[in-house]
Amino acid sequence: MTTTSSRLRLYRFASPATFYPLAGKLVPWFAAVAAILAAWGLWLGMLRAPTDATQGDAYRIIFIHVPAAWMSMLLYVVMAFWAAIGWAFNARLASVVARAIAPTGAMFTFLALWTGALWGKPTWGTWWVWDARLTSELILLFLYAGYLALVSAIDEPRRADRAGALLAIVGSVNVPIIYFSVVWWNTLHQGASVSPAAAPKMAAIMLQAMLLMTLAFWAYAFAVIFVRARAIALERDNAASWAGAAVGRTPAQTEATT
Amino acid sequence: MIWNSASDFFAMGGYGTYVWGAYVVTAACMAIEPILVALRHRRVRRELAAEEERR
Repeated sequence: MTTTSSRLRLYRFASPATFYPLAGKLVPWFAAVAAILAAWGLWLGMLRAPTDATQGDAYRIIFIHVPAAWMSMLLYVVMAFWAAIGWAFNARLASVVARAIAPTGAMFTFLALWTGALWGKPTWGTWWVWDARLTSELILLFLYAGYLALVSAIDEPRRADRAGALLAIVGSVNVPIIYFSVVWWNTLHQGASVSPAAAPKMAAIMLQAMLLMTLAFWAYAFAVIFVRARAIALERDNAASWAGAAVGRTPAQTEATT
Repeated sequence: MIWNSASDFFAMGGYGTYVWGAYVVTAACMAIEPILVALRHRRVRRELAAEEERR
């Protein structure tokens, strides 16, 4: 295999014609992995992990709160990355992936805030405080909403992609602010449960359940985002030959139009 | 298994409203979103197939 041909092979995945069937094959696997890991994580977290000494059973919200919060930040960074790639290299599929990520990221941001409020009430005595961690996470929700509103407000898809990319890239400044907010400012919110620099501040079974739920949410996000990206790719390229092939146009016709 | 009974489990040591309020909304969101994206994907496939028919 020559260098040229291997490079061509890699670029093939940037084409919707290659991405569409490949993503379609991967979706059921991600969905199955998400279901299995969620069942495992919930079994450990809800049925096996002991009651917390200080927070009672209210702490069990952690098994969805932390994964949702992590996904809300991770998906934003991934969205901004693909939006930037789509803009810088005029790669249409990258922009499609960025747009496919936004609604799922917004949903996890909402869930992080919702589960956080329901955890805050019994442990802090309040649903909400305007402190750095909560406020910056709320700004993340507004950034997702702003991105979605902006790209849907501009009719020409590539112009909308570029405008969305600019917003996503500028807004990514907020992600490290969320992450380090509990270190930089005094806050009601507890510090990081798990960090690369220190031993985890929780029992092994609780940590296992939380990491399993994180991987389950991650696999879920892959499955949903791939389906949405396939839908958006078809919506945009409905006249292209690969789109016709995807819905069952005969190969002969596809060959003729390629 | 750390619970003595089903009602014990649902009570969550008195925090049932908070814990289940968090879990039910999360489960609902993560059940509805895949359905919505599947419907969107199916709709565009159907529209494309109808266009192919006309061609």
